[in-house]
Order: sequence, then structure tokens, then C-alpha cells
Amino acid sequence: MNTNSNSYTLIYATVMVVIVALTLAFVSGALKDTQNKNVKVDKKKQILSSLLIDTKDQDAEALYTKYITTALTINSNAEIISDNKDEAFDIDVNKELAKKLEERKLPIYVANVDGKVKYIIPLRGTGLWGPIWGYIALNEDKSTIFGANFSHASETPGLGAEISLPAFQSEFIGKSILNDKNEFVSIAVMKAGQTTDKQDQIDGISGGTITSKGVEKMLLNCIGQYEKYLKTIDGGAKK
Amino acid sequence: MSKLLSEKTKQVFLVPLSKNNPITVQVLGICSALAVTAKLEPALVMGLSVTIIVAFSNLIISLLRNTIPNRIRIIVQLVVVASLVTIVSEFLKAYAYDISVQLSVYIGLIITNCILMGRLEAFAMANNPWESFVDGFGNGFGYAWILVVVAFFRELLGSGTLLGFKVIPHSFYEAGYANNGLMILPPMALIIVACVIWVHRARNKELQEK
Repeated sequence: MNTNSNSYTLIYATVMVVIVALTLAFVSGALKDTQNKNVKVDKKKQILSSLLIDTKDQDAEALYTKYITTALTINSNAEIISDNKDEAFDIDVNKELAKKLEERKLPIYVANVDGKVKYIIPLRGTGLWGPIWGYIALNEDKSTIFGANFSHASETPGLGAEISLPAFQSEFIGKSILNDKNEFVSIAVMKAGQTTDKQDQIDGISGGTITSKGVEKMLLNCIGQYEKYLKTIDGGAKK
Repeated sequence: MSKLLSEKTKQVFLVPLSKNNPITVQVLGICSALAVTAKLEPALVMGLSVTIIVAFSNLIISLLRNTIPNRIRIIVQLVVVASLVTIVSEFLKAYAYDISVQLSVYIGLIITNCILMGRLEAFAMANNPWESFVDGFGNGFGYAWILVVVAFFRELLGSGTLLGFKVIPHSFYEAGYANNGLMILPPMALIIVACVIWVHRARNKELQEK
């Protein structure tokens, strides 16, 4: 057979594309459910690790049910829209960030660790190469950081990717996002050696400046949405 | 069995490990050698994934080699490689989620590895399936061991760890030893690859240009 004729080439390409498309669609369809489940379990693990709970080799689902008492959906005016745990969990934070501030549905997880209430805020931002995200847990005073967890899609290993390591994340513990006057100031991620007196700061990553700045911006943008909620305790304004 | 272990097949497997190494002799796949070697673990997994994918795409292309229209052969090769990479990545996401998160972009980057196209075009298009399969493994391992050597030195000298474990004792740091930050940056990978090539050529005189 002449494998160089135009019609043979055309038919060959068509058949090849159809076979490949069918195979890929079949593989993707067959694995979709398992993958979605993994994504959800992974999200729960990330939320738990912001509470400094080690989820390695453990049943993350059970731990999540144990520690996360409820999850609220609020708006930027600190009004509670829903207190359905699953509804808040299923909110796509990226889609909400694209809306106007007043229209956004903001999920906040409420946890109970050893009798103390913790508030967990989801974070979404951009690093050098792609998205970065994380969860930050605040103490009862809604200001002091109890723990933080960051993940990234494609930051440089050894540089920007260090944000997902405990060494970087543990720097956040004990820092405050509100200043003495109860104003929202977020946390600064600075080059080692530089100082600021306006807000709490942590050391950025050498060689990972853009990722470090991305974390700083993500904290400011995402926690900022909850500003009103964080400034109040149980409906009343903080002194 | 005699065919499986014939002298030629053995050569097909052994030559890419040293005398015709894809990285140090053919200088292919350099981009990924720079990108994934800051730490030992991603280098190991990348080496393994490339080995599997190059072996199986070699096998598939070799089986199809007599039917592929000459004018679209590169496209056919690309489609085969891209589908294999996508399938591997989907399986990792479903059954080894943690590893797939860790590898993130590297899996996709396998498609752009020049070794794959090089082997498909130069070997699988002209040889029988079994030899092509073996050739894929040989080249994959040839690629992997260079990656591991480079990553070993970069992680040891750059971070003071191996596979994430601290190996340089604390007392060294107290005595004034510091990790070399340059080791983590891509230029150092290029310099280490160059050193490997230098040693390799010094030991194999026939590789030196007259």
C-alpha cells in the first residue's frame, strides 16, 4: 500500500485522533471519581495541617469530622449566610475572588482543638510560575496565628517551593494580623535583615522573592475580605 | 530466549548507559536535567517516569512503524508520547495523589524531553519492537543516572540533605560551614553536568574529537 498518498495520510491522522481521543476520554471518565475524592481528602488534610495536626498515615476524613466543628459562609459585611458545613467546604474560592467584594461568599472553618476555638481562613494567590494557596488558623482572639499551611502548583524546588515546608510555615505561629489599635495590617514577608514597625513580619525565602511576595499579597487580599468579621467577637465590636 | 539476550540487544541496552549516553554524549534532555535536580527525590521519580514512557512509546511506534505516513511521522510520535504522558498522569492522580502533587509540572514536562523524540525518530522507526523496547529502557536509565548524580551533589552541597534527611552534622554549621546557595540555582546544574561530561570524556578517549 502507498503510505505516502494524501488520502492515506488523511485517513491515518483521522483514525489516530479518534482512537486517542476515545482512549483518553475513557481513562479520564473511569478515574474521575477516584480523583475527585483524592482532591477532597487532600483539601481536608491541608485544613487540618493548618491546625498543626499531623495527618500522615491517618484517616483524614475522621480527623476532619473530629476537629472541624462547623464551617460558616459569610459575606464581607460579616453577616452569616449559611452554617452548612458541606456548603462552605464546596465553595470554589477562586471563583469567589473573581466577583465583586460585596457579592463574594466567604467560607470560614471553625475548629475545636483541645477545647479552644480556632478560625481557619482559606487563601488563594499567585506565586512565580502558578497558583499558590493555603489555610491559616487563627486563635480565639481572631488575630494571633495558630498555624499556617501553604501549597503551590509549580514553584521552583529548593527556592519558591520552600513555602510548603514546615520551616517557613512555623515562622507564622504567634504573629498577629491585627495591630494594637485593632486595625487589619496582615503580615509582611521581608528579606532577612529588613524590618518594619507597622506590622508583624517573617523572613522571606532567599532566591524565592517573587513567591515570598506572592504569599504576602495573598495574606493581605484573602484575610482582608474577612476584616469586619475578624474585628468583631460574637457580634460585638472588640474594644 | 537466545533472541532476548542476543549480543546486539545487549549492546542496545548498555551503550546508552555510557558510550552513547543521551545527556553526556548526545546532549539531549538538558533542560529537564537543570530543572528537576535541585533535590534528589524529584530527580529519581523523573528518571523513572521518563524511562517508562520512553520504553513504551518506543514499543508502540516500533509496532506502527510500517504504517506511519512519512509526512506526518513526527506528529504521530508526538501524539503517542502525549497520550502516554496524559494516561500516566491521570493514573497518578487517582492512585498516588501525593506523588502527583509533588511532581506537578514535571510529568507534563516529559513530553518536551528531546530524548523521547530522538529515540523514536532515530531508533524505533527503523528497528523491531523488542529492540526498541530495550533501547527505551537503556536510554531512560542512561538519563536517570546522570540526573541522580547531579541531584546528589546539588542537594548535598546546596541544602545539606539527601532525600530530605539532614546528612551534614550540626557541628559543621557551628564550625562555620554554610550551605552553598548557588548549588540550588539552575546554573550550577549546568556546571555539574559539564563536570560529569569532562570526567566521562577523560575516561573514554574515543569520545574526544580529533
